[in-house]
Amino acid sequence: MLSKVVKEKLVAIVSKENFDDAKTERLVYSYDSTPNLQSMPDAVVSPRNTKEVSEIVKVCNQYKVPIVPRGSGTNLCGGTCPTEGGVVILFKYMNKILDLDEENLTITVQPGVILVDVANAASAKGLFYPPDPGSMKIATIGGTINENAGGLRGLKYGVTRDYVIGLEVVMPNGDIIKTGGKLAKDVAGYDLTRLMVGSEGTLGIITEAILKLIPMPETKKTMLALYQDLEAAAKTVSKIIANKIIPITLEFLDQPTIMVVEDYSKIGLPTDAKAVLLIEQDGSPEVVNRDIEKIIEVCRQEGAVSVQVASTEEEALALAAARRTALSALARLKPTTVLEDATVPRSELAKMVRAINEIAEKYKLQICTFGHAGDGNLHPTCPTDSRNHEEMERVEMAFAEIFEKAVELGGTITGEHGVGVMKAPYLELKLGKEGIAVMKAIKQALDPNNIMNPGKVFAKEDRKRVVITNQGSAFRDDDKNRVVVTQ
Amino acid sequence: MTTVKEKEMIQEQFKVRMNEDELLNCMRCGFCLPACPTYIESGYKESHSPRGRIALMKAVVDGLIEPDEDFERSLNLCLGCVACETVCPSGVKYGHMLEEARDIVSQNKKYSLPTSIVRKTVFEGLFPHPNRMKNVTGLIGFYQRSGLQSIARKIGFLGILPEHLALMEKVLPEVATVKEMKNRPVHVEPIGKQTHRVAFFSGCLMDSMFMKTNDATIKLLQLAGCEIVIPEDQTCCGALHGHYGEKGGSKDLAKRNIKAFEDLNVDFIITNAGGCGAFLLGYDHMLKNDPIWSERAKKFTEKIQDVSEILVSVNFHKRVRLELSSQIITYQDSCHLRNVMKTASAPRLLLQSIKGAEYVEMKDADRCCGSAGIYNIIESEMSMKMLDYKMEQAKDTQAATIVTANPGCLLQMKVGIEKEGLSNKMRGIHIVDLLLEAVKQ
Repeated sequence: MLSKVVKEKLVAIVSKENFDDAKTERLVYSYDSTPNLQSMPDAVVSPRNTKEVSEIVKVCNQYKVPIVPRGSGTNLCGGTCPTEGGVVILFKYMNKILDLDEENLTITVQPGVILVDVANAASAKGLFYPPDPGSMKIATIGGTINENAGGLRGLKYGVTRDYVIGLEVVMPNGDIIKTGGKLAKDVAGYDLTRLMVGSEGTLGIITEAILKLIPMPETKKTMLALYQDLEAAAKTVSKIIANKIIPITLEFLDQPTIMVVEDYSKIGLPTDAKAVLLIEQDGSPEVVNRDIEKIIEVCRQEGAVSVQVASTEEEALALAAARRTALSALARLKPTTVLEDATVPRSELAKMVRAINEIAEKYKLQICTFGHAGDGNLHPTCPTDSRNHEEMERVEMAFAEIFEKAVELGGTITGEHGVGVMKAPYLELKLGKEGIAVMKAIKQALDPNNIMNPGKVFAKEDRKRVVITNQGSAFRDDDKNRVVVTQ
Repeated sequence: MTTVKEKEMIQEQFKVRMNEDELLNCMRCGFCLPACPTYIESGYKESHSPRGRIALMKAVVDGLIEPDEDFERSLNLCLGCVACETVCPSGVKYGHMLEEARDIVSQNKKYSLPTSIVRKTVFEGLFPHPNRMKNVTGLIGFYQRSGLQSIARKIGFLGILPEHLALMEKVLPEVATVKEMKNRPVHVEPIGKQTHRVAFFSGCLMDSMFMKTNDATIKLLQLAGCEIVIPEDQTCCGALHGHYGEKGGSKDLAKRNIKAFEDLNVDFIITNAGGCGAFLLGYDHMLKNDPIWSERAKKFTEKIQDVSEILVSVNFHKRVRLELSSQIITYQDSCHLRNVMKTASAPRLLLQSIKGAEYVEMKDADRCCGSAGIYNIIESEMSMKMLDYKMEQAKDTQAATIVTANPGCLLQMKVGIEKEGLSNKMRGIHIVDLLLEAVKQ
């Protein structure tokens, strides 16, 4: 519960209609897209401008009230779940595209703008904003910046980080700072822009962003290659790149995923194939044709049993659908879907996929793997049931092993979903004690009262990912008894 | 107010009746949010989104929140358009959950006396009785023909009604006489070579207030070579009951309809109202646990088809010349026709086949117009917001004719046209009426 004085002060800032602490309103901001995670905030506020954000932060800092900035709540790491209660900040008013600058190739936006609206505004001018996470139709720019979202085009075009060139941020003490600008070059001091990108709301609140745009590629081609051998598919990936071709998309589906996808969508995928690669290239027509021809040659050399190039746009869409339905198909298998994003150098892809399959077998789980092969970014996905606590324990252990293996292969525990609550216990695997110490020092310096999205990124002591408690009876929403519950 | 006792009862029933697998099936990915009209129109309030409503239902089951007024508000503001189901990766059956939740709330709540009298009259006394429907609708016809309507309009009597109700009065179709309504054929021969033997589901409102649209439907089916059976003992589909927490009532109606249609030996059961068709299609789910009726319901639902689908399947648009004067026409999807019956391309194809007219697709034609059964009467504020958005898109097409495939949507379009002061250059019409117009020329 917020104290009376804090509530009064917040109401004075945002006005009564933009402050809510009714139970139903708090309940619907107690979760995000992360399975098995829910915790009630104490209030929900919707500031109308940067000044109000700053004033809210000042009050919360004075009274040590946690703040959780929230976009559309589509992240998968628990980044916007208010695990320590406090105030959830919504950006429904701060959702304007402020400026599209065709001379500097930038777009300036408020944090609440939906990603697809940015992409559409850009393409209307023949420009391109490449980051395309699966949630792009609903994710906000603020959320994608805070989580440093990736997508299917990372191999060629990079991720959100590569397109954020300037920010306005409200710091934990309420100060408003501006970083970067409409600049291709800027080495004035520490790169605070990059520090903020991917900081998951733990260092400040982004209230405005300048994003870089690039010219829209002229054309695109799509193809599908089938393999009877996992290694061959993985080798093709490395070989294409060794041939100095960087495709826009290089997606991978393993056999368990192919079977599930085929069963669900009946599009004629060969369920006996061990792996499928979906490859796309964009650019000028000459380059695209030349690259695609070369890629076909590489696929065949590496033992693809079938290579299919889409001749029409509809065909291209149908092929891409095979990849896109993966999540839908998997999500329908069981009530709970645990989707992770272990990432390795692309040369280690085959080893990682094999390791995942062995781990799945060891823990007697169904784990289907698909993902962005060109980035070494895999999505091992486990359809399960959160009510089956015994199986959830095994899921837990299996993923712990997957993360260890990824790091052992020179990879990381998360390629694009972020750390949040879910990966916090594994962060040390990746960074070591010293790395964590550096990050904690930054956090401590900027947010000494630990009000900004507390409980995220850094683990408490427990190495367990999910606190499984008996639902309902264990759920309290007062500060003393706050617990994280399973859904 | 919901009393403490009522809240406890509701909570208990939620635990017993809500399908836990289905609640858990929502993985909270949020893909439904951009598809939800109330989420967008409420200024992105999660409590007015499908994900939020499912979370609230689950929270009531888990005992995290009480089913209080705010909770009920969230359920009530839902249009039930189920646009969310079409984009859900997990295939969550949101519509079924909403119906169950509304039924639990309404069955365990004591309404104020006036409300409960209205509910009883509408759900038990009126809709299940075709003849009463015709008599009541007949009163509207009397009002229109007797001169009462013009008197009421002249003395400004309608000014005391809220704006949307006054507009509604203005746009009601010219109703047939009670005698005409009660004097319907039960069997109609095809014109030309027979293609199918079909049954026609005439509906309660369609067969009274919109009788002329039913006549047009029968005529088109004849032209398409269909022999048509119109069983007399059919009744209201029960959609209104189902959507407003009267599941018991809708089950009774379902059984009556299944019985009325099961021995007719027909290829299809044809509907011309998306709302009814979609609800008929849900009979098998509604009766799935009923040992006597589940199989019969399944057979019934397998035959349900919208009139536009059968017209396309027999190439009606190729065998009959369709022509209209030069005009732009556009189409507003009926949510239930599109999202539940999955009929979206057939009506468009038919409209595009009309010579002389130019078909222009409206932006967001698949977004709910805000009619949603009686939603526009009980949630008029939200409904009018959605209608305003819809009319902006309609105006952009420069259309002279907005076509719909459901009576509720049609009335809403007509209200929109009146509201925008466009009645001199734009009209709303049911697709079968327009097609018949195109045949006649």
